[in-house]
Amino acid sequence: MKRFVVKHLLFLLLTLFAVSFLVFTLNEFSPGAVARKILGAYATQEQVDLLTRQMGLDRPVLVRYVDYLGALASGDLGYSTRFKLPVREVIFKHLANTALLAAVAFACIVPLSTVLGAVAGMREASRLDRVILMFSTVIASIPEFALGVFLASVFVVWLGWLPGTATLVAGGGWSVAAQLVLPVAVIVLFDSGYVVSMVRASMVEVMQRPYIRTAVLKGLPFRAVILRHALRNAMLTPVTVIMLQINYLVAGVVVVETVFAYPGFGRMILEAALFKDIALIEAGALVAVFLAVVTNILGDVAYMLLDPRIRA
Amino acid sequence: MTDGPLLDVRDLRIAYTTRAGEALVVPGVSFGLNAGEALGLVGESGCGKSTVALSIVRYLGRAGRIAGGSIRFEGRELTTLDEAGLRAIRGRRIAMVYQDPMASLNPVMTVGRQLVEAPMTHEGVSASAARARALAMLAEVKLADPEAVMDRYPHQLSGGQQQRIVIAMALITGPALLIMDEPTTGLDVTVEAAVLDLVRELRSRHRSAILFISHNLGSVVRVCDRVAVMYRGELVEEGPVRRIFTSPRHPYTRGLLDCLPTLGSDKRQAPLVPIAGQVESSLARPQGCGFAGRCAHVEVGRCTARPIPSAVVVGEPDHRVACVRADELPRWSRRSGADAAHEAGGPGEPMVAVQHLTKIYEPRRRWLRGPRSPVRAVRDVELAAARGRTLAIVGESGCGKSTVAKVLSGLEVATAGTVVLDGVEVGALAVDARAAALKRKLQMVFQNPDSTLNPSHTVGYAIGRALRRLQGRAPADPAAGVARLLEVVKLSPALAARKPRHLSGGEKQRAAIARALAGDPDVIVADEPVSALDVSVQAAIVNLLTEIQAARGATLVFISHDLAIVRYLADTVAVMYLGTVAELGPVERVFAPPYHPYTEALLSAVPVPDPDHAGARILLEGRVPRADEIPRGCPFATRCPRRVGPVCDETPPPVQQFGDHRIACHIPGDELSRLQTPLVQPRAVGR
Amino acid sequence: MSTPVAAGTLSASSPAASRAWARWRRRRVAALAESTPATIGIAIVLAWAVLALVAPLIAPYPPNANDMAALAHPTPSKAHWLGTDHLGRDLLSRILWGARPVLVIAPLAVLGAAALGSLLGLAAGYYGRWIDLVITRACDIVLSFPVIILYMIILAHFGSSAWNIVGVLTLTKAPIIARIVRGMTLDLREREYVAAAKMRGESALYIMLVEILPNARGPLVVDMCLRTGYNVIIIGALGFLGIGLPPPDPDWGGMVKDTYGMMMVWPHMALFPCAAISSLVVGFNLLAVGLRELGLRD
Repeated sequence: MKRFVVKHLLFLLLTLFAVSFLVFTLNEFSPGAVARKILGAYATQEQVDLLTRQMGLDRPVLVRYVDYLGALASGDLGYSTRFKLPVREVIFKHLANTALLAAVAFACIVPLSTVLGAVAGMREASRLDRVILMFSTVIASIPEFALGVFLASVFVVWLGWLPGTATLVAGGGWSVAAQLVLPVAVIVLFDSGYVVSMVRASMVEVMQRPYIRTAVLKGLPFRAVILRHALRNAMLTPVTVIMLQINYLVAGVVVVETVFAYPGFGRMILEAALFKDIALIEAGALVAVFLAVVTNILGDVAYMLLDPRIRA
Repeated sequence: MTDGPLLDVRDLRIAYTTRAGEALVVPGVSFGLNAGEALGLVGESGCGKSTVALSIVRYLGRAGRIAGGSIRFEGRELTTLDEAGLRAIRGRRIAMVYQDPMASLNPVMTVGRQLVEAPMTHEGVSASAARARALAMLAEVKLADPEAVMDRYPHQLSGGQQQRIVIAMALITGPALLIMDEPTTGLDVTVEAAVLDLVRELRSRHRSAILFISHNLGSVVRVCDRVAVMYRGELVEEGPVRRIFTSPRHPYTRGLLDCLPTLGSDKRQAPLVPIAGQVESSLARPQGCGFAGRCAHVEVGRCTARPIPSAVVVGEPDHRVACVRADELPRWSRRSGADAAHEAGGPGEPMVAVQHLTKIYEPRRRWLRGPRSPVRAVRDVELAAARGRTLAIVGESGCGKSTVAKVLSGLEVATAGTVVLDGVEVGALAVDARAAALKRKLQMVFQNPDSTLNPSHTVGYAIGRALRRLQGRAPADPAAGVARLLEVVKLSPALAARKPRHLSGGEKQRAAIARALAGDPDVIVADEPVSALDVSVQAAIVNLLTEIQAARGATLVFISHDLAIVRYLADTVAVMYLGTVAELGPVERVFAPPYHPYTEALLSAVPVPDPDHAGARILLEGRVPRADEIPRGCPFATRCPRRVGPVCDETPPPVQQFGDHRIACHIPGDELSRLQTPLVQPRAVGR
Repeated sequence: MSTPVAAGTLSASSPAASRAWARWRRRRVAALAESTPATIGIAIVLAWAVLALVAPLIAPYPPNANDMAALAHPTPSKAHWLGTDHLGRDLLSRILWGARPVLVIAPLAVLGAAALGSLLGLAAGYYGRWIDLVITRACDIVLSFPVIILYMIILAHFGSSAWNIVGVLTLTKAPIIARIVRGMTLDLREREYVAAAKMRGESALYIMLVEILPNARGPLVVDMCLRTGYNVIIIGALGFLGIGLPPPDPDWGGMVKDTYGMMMVWPHMALFPCAAISSLVVGFNLLAVGLRELGLRD
């Protein structure tokens, strides 16, 4: 277990280094361009040169990278030019918003896709299985923005039951809860489609294993065969994937956030990227990668808990 | 239940839905089984024996269905029983033991939880009562320390232990019928022997009837009272074990017995008689006798016009046979050799000489893990194979025999020691480093027919490519070269255009032999080339190998776990255990006392398909030590029934030389001879 | 037909061989038809491919032409079957033209990823040791990065063009393919036919490309199908976020972005492009489901 933790921590560090360096050089490999980005197209070359010197950007990339790492280590993430706030505050605020969305969505996705996937896979090619398989395939095929448009045209335009935006500002007569319904629905539908087919495929495979035959021919009721023997084995493969969804829910839902004008982490990065807010991009990328690696570790841990063969 | 048998199967028909439509794979099988009786159901792969067994518990999958007939069990009709009724019978009155015990046990549940399920479900007993029953049952199947075993997961147990668990799980509810589907297939000989003995013992205690399904005639003899032989979905012959094995009536039964090598004969005395053709599919069946296409006694019209009924053999009321010519066929007698003392000529010049061969696998140093102890796959092995002769290396799984083959072929490199191939040292040469002439000189035939040929390439491409590479130039007429090689292995040249999936197992193995012959090798290393084949096909491939060897004067290194085939085929035999050679010598001397105690145990464990075969069984205790926990002294010391004392644990055994016969043991050879009785009796009856 | 034998049979009995070929092809097509999802999927994808191909011929208007007359009533009409967008451009024409870039970029990027990923996966799986370690770690790092964020950073930096999108998609999908191929190579390299190839002195490259790769093609094809669908989604999403193909040429995602704000008044402007992109992805995914089913049955 100790070895496991050390190994993963080292990988986490390695990844963070690699990514921070890549993003850093990507943004700054042409020093003049940085100042130009900040000052805009109408600044004179003199102004650009001055800023470049002021910011120390005329020094080699590697030196500046080490500086940057030093600042990071002391907790200084820099200042966001887009939001006119310290990066730390910007990130914290948007992450908190995203965490709310992600938590609600995750709480729906896990039970929904486990149940649907297991029910479909336990009797392969049954009518129920075909229906669930088709449904999940089609749902997973619709891009998030299209799903948003479809749902909005029904529930906002046609029925008028729900708000079309989720700015989290309780105004316009809609509560925050009502604002969350559509974004969560889009995320849950899109993501469940994928997870359901994973769980189903795993369940189908498990149901063909000899130990399921052993259980059936022991005379166990079908319920017990599924709950006691099939389900845990069937969750071995998907559990890692399910954990990885946290990663998607936090960092990958930029499209949904854009559709519903949700002030989340993904949209923050998009804006930072479009406005060349370098400090924010770099810090955001690090946070995203940190989350990604941590969810990976969570997936591994969950797998280890389920499978006694790995634990030994 | 006093009237009528426990299980009565009448005219059972089973159909499977395939892409081509529904096929009747079992066109009508009838048999009965009395309480406490053991019936063996034998036949080759695809003959429908497992299908029949699974139909009794109504577990045929989605594609299969019972198309007619009846199965009565304890007076109840099973074919029409509803789900609840089936559940009440499954696991309580009828229990099953399966082929692959590892796969049959749930990998994420402890053994204990799996054991208590059946009693808790069927008898509603409490968890603690069920646990007590499970513990008692584990003791009964002779697992040491049942308390500890209960908390283990299946992957923490050996194959033999797993099968004992499965047997305990089946017997825990005291079922009236126990169905065993190939319960010992895939286990090592010594483990198999122990499991079979256990089944026999439990049978006498539990009074469960047994339906024992196997392709191995030898193991059926050890367990069963009666035998039923199946071919292509039909029961061709049925009767008491003794009758079936001493006076078989059906040509197929006779063929099966004739094509089995026995411990008492070899190729010079009594060649194997393979059954013509290959195992035919149950999916498409002819009008008349299913075996007609391969039968030497077939009479067109009588045999091929209509289905053959099963009839009682005249004078033997408990013996039925489905052959219209059964009464006209000559009497059958067991094929056997006359003199086992036959010597195989002088030693001959060595083609392959292995000295002090050691192969250590350095486990890959995992990142951030301490160094793991290296695995000594092979230690200080000495062997030699003479030009034009056959050297057989025999032993159980993990003994290092395949590693020796890999070092010979250059797929692995020796850690120490020398391997001389026709005067050239090759032990340190990986195959890439070998000169073209050396590559040509030694070729290999592999075990698994399904993976020996690349499924993406045609047979012609595989052989043609080998021709081009091994002969070092593009042959003038490659197609002719391929056709010629296919002819050598008795395959139609038309097969060249086929992909392997359209070939049977035997055909694939023949094609692989043709590929190995492409460079006209001087040495053929065959690693378990027939162990994955049906017995009737096995004999043909063995004969083909000996024929080719004789015709080309090639040296054959034959790796096998099957002592009977080794006895039949080999000139020289090396018995390996845990990476060392325990015994080496001419075949007839290795198969006669003095034996190395391990050879003795192996020989005594071989299931012999002969009810008259007597012989004390030597059961090995414990398990084979892992390759990283090899004992300091004699490698066999931890399990040796003839262990003499601490010297066995402390000191490596001396190699005792008796002419060209070597035994590595602390017990002097003459004392071994005195202690041991011959385990292989050459039969005097000629044929 | 590099096989000596097959060449021989072909020249000897060409009509028979071509009959066999036709039979084989019929069987393949028949096999596809056996799976309903595969049939529907193929039909959808083929329909879009044909429409994209003949878009210049059948589109009623040039894709960027503004019909000022339609601006007042942009809803579907006789002149504009699917209506026009907020600039008076014919939606049907724009949707037809919009199929073209997607159907080039998505498959191209998948092919690139498959080629790169297969090579990496083969090398990692076959050679093992440090080569495996380096490749696997590098792939893990790329995979641990949330792709959409990566796209945003890269495309915002380099600007967006079809080639940049192909490049980014190739680089980010290759590790996934590499992982699949590596897994299969680890298994396949232990097969006896690989040992046989080594014993006749074949080079490592031959073994990887001729002995191993063809046997990994089944899962690979299914995965490529899925990846193509996902690529279509990502191209759409990039367009929607405003970092996709540059305007004014029609791009489904971009069309939704431009008109989404007018949902309350003219929902058709966003709905039709959404339907178009969804149907295409459904096609690819159904095809993948069907192929997997057929593969399992063989």
